Amino acid sequence: MNQKSNFLKGFIRENPVFVLVLGMCPTLGVSSSAINGLGMGLATTFVLLMSNLIISLIKNFIPDKVRIPAFIVVIATFVTIVDLVMAAYAPGLHAQLGIFIPLIVVNCIVLGRAEAFASRNNALSSVIDGFGMGLGFAFALTLLGSVREMLGSGSIFGMKFIPANADGILIFILAPGAFITLGFLIAIINQLSKPAKS
Amino acid sequence: MEYILLIISAILVNNIVLTQFLGICPFLGVSTRISTSLGMGAAVIFVMALATLVTFLINQYILVPLNIAFLQTISYILVIAALVQMVEIILKKVSPPLYQALGLYLPLITTNCAVLGVAIMVIKRNFNLVESVLFAISMAIGFSLALVIFASIREQLEINDVPKGMKGVPIALITAGLLSLAFMGFAGLVK
Amino acid sequence: MAKRESSLKNMISTLLVITLVASAALAGVYNLTKEPIAAATKKKTENAIKEVIPPFDRLERFAVMPSDGPDSLILYKGYEGDSIVGTAVQTYTYKGFSGYISIMVGFNADGSINDIAVLEHKETPGLGTKMAEPKFKDQFKNLNIAQLTNQKVKVTKDQGTIEAITAATISSRAFCDAVQRAWENQKKGGEK
Repeated sequence: MNQKSNFLKGFIRENPVFVLVLGMCPTLGVSSSAINGLGMGLATTFVLLMSNLIISLIKNFIPDKVRIPAFIVVIATFVTIVDLVMAAYAPGLHAQLGIFIPLIVVNCIVLGRAEAFASRNNALSSVIDGFGMGLGFAFALTLLGSVREMLGSGSIFGMKFIPANADGILIFILAPGAFITLGFLIAIINQLSKPAKS
Repeated sequence: MEYILLIISAILVNNIVLTQFLGICPFLGVSTRISTSLGMGAAVIFVMALATLVTFLINQYILVPLNIAFLQTISYILVIAALVQMVEIILKKVSPPLYQALGLYLPLITTNCAVLGVAIMVIKRNFNLVESVLFAISMAIGFSLALVIFASIREQLEINDVPKGMKGVPIALITAGLLSLAFMGFAGLVK
Repeated sequence: MAKRESSLKNMISTLLVITLVASAALAGVYNLTKEPIAAATKKKTENAIKEVIPPFDRLERFAVMPSDGPDSLILYKGYEGDSIVGTAVQTYTYKGFSGYISIMVGFNADGSINDIAVLEHKETPGLGTKMAEPKFKDQFKNLNIAQLTNQKVKVTKDQGTIEAITAATISSRAFCDAVQRAWENQKKGGEK
């Protein structure tokens, strides 16, 4: 597999959210607006990128049996770094994303890529894999966030396109809207990517 | 009275899966059969109560006094992972039948974000020890409740004709959305 | 290079080294970000004060312990020259839909409310979050709680004057509770 397709696979073919259905908790929890989705997506991308890099570099020093705890420590370290840096330089977004930042640790995508890719490949491929997967995740979250924000608040990235005193369809901002919107998005992607038969 | 309110609000009003979006992975993954979701639910109640108790004490007596609260995430996840492993080993020795029933689900719990989520939540909400453990158990019961209800719906869903693109995950998500809508009705229950 | 064996010694030493390096790295980042985080919090408070009381050239900070809550309130008295132009009160409630809500209430010198800024909350997006929008919080502008029935600010459902946010009565009630606490304690003065 060349590096270009290694990078691109995260967007559609192996998109972590739409195809692999991983990392559902932050996907649903923070996608009430496009900007939150993007912020969370980028935070996760950073963690994926760095943890993939470090894990691919140290994989040979780690005895097999303590592999998972070692990976978790590496991941948790980068998550905490993101948490602290965000609190310092983007306090507004940090408050919005709240508990979902520390929870990047248990995002199945991060540990999943560490185990399935970074522990078997060299540093360069792992970094590209992490970057592609992370951006794919960010793309999915931003898309979901945009749809929910447009329907639910009548705005996109905070810019309102319906009259100022009108409300959107509230349910799309609330919890049920998250499930339902994602369900329809995945259905659409299924329909488009599997033509005619099957 | 306050405790009853806390329990009801944690199980129904602020249901961990349907309104807080925690523990979605096992919710979608394990919930195809009622029997398996009961097993998973029981394992989560057990681990969540224990994990919250231990992490609360660690926070209170180690992290806060030493002023190293920034190690919260890393220490919590390690504690949870170690705890799950320990429970597995002890259960295997002490109660083989229980191990038979729960063993399969235990490793999955480490990466269940509901456990870490609740451990962090009780710190953010300034609960005391009793409230924390009570909150954790209630949250876990809420998780099991959602899981079991969802599993019974999905068992029915399987024998129905679903449009092609909707099969599998999409219809499960939409069902979860409707269930979440139903749970919103509980919002008026408290206060 | 061959993988290291899973002997007990190797396993323990590996985990120990990784944990130590991780902790050291985090301690470093923590020290680097400590000041920016404190500065961000301070700036947020300062902006909120400026938002809720008329222009001032000097601030004095007081703390008051309320009779009905666990934490003290912070009073910021704004002076222009020697006269008080207003008091900003950092107040809170635990009665929100998701618990804690922290707001900054600004009072004019005559005790009426000038403006309110929302500092921190975890309310439901799309519902309780609307407390920060003008439609709801501007109802408090120029309100003098001293002139209300029983000197209490309440939502219309509780025979009060404040129109609650649609489908978020609990958040609205909590907001009123925080404002009430601010008003009762700003009279007391407090100590530096």
